Amino acid sequence: MSFLQIDKVCKSFGSVNVLRDISLDVEEGGFLVLVGPSGCGKSTLLNTIAGLENLTTGEIRIDGNVIDDLPPAERNIAMVFQSYALYPNMNVGQNIAFGLEMRGMPKDERDIKVAEVAKTLQIEHLLDRKPGQLSGGQRQRVAMGRALVRNPQLFLFDEPLSNLDAKLRVDMRTEIKRMHQALGTTIVYVTHDQIEAMTLGTRIAVLKDGIVQQYGTPAEIYNDPANLFVADFMGSPAMNLIPATVRGNTVEMARVGEEPLVLDFKQLPDDVATRDGKEVIVGIRPEAITDADSRAAIRAGQQVTASCKIDVVEPAGADIYAITSLGGKEVVTRLHQDWFGQVNQHAELVFNLEKVVFFDRESGIRLR
Amino acid sequence: MSRSTQPSFRTGKILRAALYSVLILFAVYYLLPLFVMLVNSVKTLDEIRGGNMMSLPEAFTIEPWLVAWSKAQIGVEPTGLSPYFINSIMMVVPAVAISTALGAMNGYVLTKWRFPGDKIIFGLMLFACFIPFQIVLIPMARVLGMIGIAGTTSGLVLVHVVYGLGFTTLFFRNYYAAFPDELIKAAKMDGAGFWRTFTRILLPSSGPIIVVTVIWQFTNIWNDFLFGASFADFDSMPMTVALNNLVSSSTGVKEYNVHFAGAVLAALPTLIVYVVSGRYFVRGLMAGAVKG
Repeated sequence: MSFLQIDKVCKSFGSVNVLRDISLDVEEGGFLVLVGPSGCGKSTLLNTIAGLENLTTGEIRIDGNVIDDLPPAERNIAMVFQSYALYPNMNVGQNIAFGLEMRGMPKDERDIKVAEVAKTLQIEHLLDRKPGQLSGGQRQRVAMGRALVRNPQLFLFDEPLSNLDAKLRVDMRTEIKRMHQALGTTIVYVTHDQIEAMTLGTRIAVLKDGIVQQYGTPAEIYNDPANLFVADFMGSPAMNLIPATVRGNTVEMARVGEEPLVLDFKQLPDDVATRDGKEVIVGIRPEAITDADSRAAIRAGQQVTASCKIDVVEPAGADIYAITSLGGKEVVTRLHQDWFGQVNQHAELVFNLEKVVFFDRESGIRLR
Repeated sequence: MSRSTQPSFRTGKILRAALYSVLILFAVYYLLPLFVMLVNSVKTLDEIRGGNMMSLPEAFTIEPWLVAWSKAQIGVEPTGLSPYFINSIMMVVPAVAISTALGAMNGYVLTKWRFPGDKIIFGLMLFACFIPFQIVLIPMARVLGMIGIAGTTSGLVLVHVVYGLGFTTLFFRNYYAAFPDELIKAAKMDGAGFWRTFTRILLPSSGPIIVVTVIWQFTNIWNDFLFGASFADFDSMPMTVALNNLVSSSTGVKEYNVHFAGAVLAALPTLIVYVVSGRYFVRGLMAGAVKG
């Protein structure tokens, strides 16, 4: 049985439905990431798990026990907030010990616990300082220490890295992942950053308008998106979504001043094959369109090579992103760093057909 | 370069000199009454009668102060101002403490434990800030009579608490509105309830606004004359009313030096409060105003 079960949870503020029929299961020791654009309900869902907000209908269970009616403090859950929410009038040690103090733990026991946590997080030298005297990264650690010290059965993180600068964010991301591996405590983590979601999660739930768009492992979400929204939201640069017409076992993409580009599939998925002559959306990740030299192209099974006009070249160090135009859309391709093509000239591009996915043009639903 | 900056540098200096002259002029203007009071409170009555109000005392004496404090005729008793000073203290301390504590509670509830209709309640409380005191004199007298504390210091405390509540609630509500909600959530997760969140998290961070509220309430209540004159008996009369009785007594010689000394005595507590915590006052007012 799953450790954390979110069962048909709905939440509405007046007539506004913030969460609609959300069901998610996480195994013990799992790392669930809730990701989505702002206003998608991810923070609300986290608050209902924490008990800071009541749910309208549905049930949340931890380890088989329904926790809906328990106050936050009795759920044995710890939370790290976006602003860290360190109590400004207490020093670091008092901040970490506050939860223990509220539970009536004697002072000497608290001191031992605080010392242990401070050692794991390497903040022993900061214990006497006030939160105002700490840097962003140190505050982040203290906030984590406050959550860790209670030894909870579930950790909640509410966009904990969004206040840090880019480099520190990557460091702390690794740190959180390392902490999760070491402790094995179940984590629910909210973010709007799809890279954080991919790197941290064992399971990702993509939310939009209070509805779970897709729930799966990072690989499933990335390679097998359930609809246009997930395809577009996850991945950077985003997946190319190109309007194309189905002709037998091929799809045609219009080009300006040139013949259409034809991708010849041996066998189109059933849902696509039945739409002969109609328009669909073809989804191809940038790394599935490469130059012939790149390893991705060499490994690809079913592939089509085509000559395309390069409009823009963006060197990004490890790779070169070249932009061409198909079906009236800018199409990003990811090329080998030694590629030597020129802007406004044609280049041979390899399309990896095994990585292509199709969507319905109107509904955005995946065609399989 | 230097040629072009020279004139503007010079005009800057002139402007600054003008600015300071104006400021000093105003300062003198404001300090003049205080100077007159202090100077004349240490002169003998003959010197005041015969001489210039502005001149420094020829024969320095603290006799008027002693008379004002303990011997002057207030009404029918020659008690001086001291018993009424005590009355004022007995009134002002509980009134300030209770109204500040209740204001803090109100502010906490109105911002961090929102309930349906909280804005209407707050709006109604703000009404108290705008109702002229004269309007409520008669109903208030009725209420005090009904609960049986008319003419007592407790009655005055109640009146001042009720009329201070609007302002103290406003101050604390605006201050706590800027206090991050995530801290309250964190305290909830940590297991702190309604009271401990208030006493352990919010109150320790409320220093500036407490100072503002205390100064505000202290000055208003200490300086109040209307409620004191309307609701106090002879033995619960506050300092302000006693001072009035001292100065406007129609019998005997007008002892101006004693009157001046008494007026300074009456103003002293508020002056001390301002001097001690004035800088917090400005700081706290800004904190409430900008973020509220």
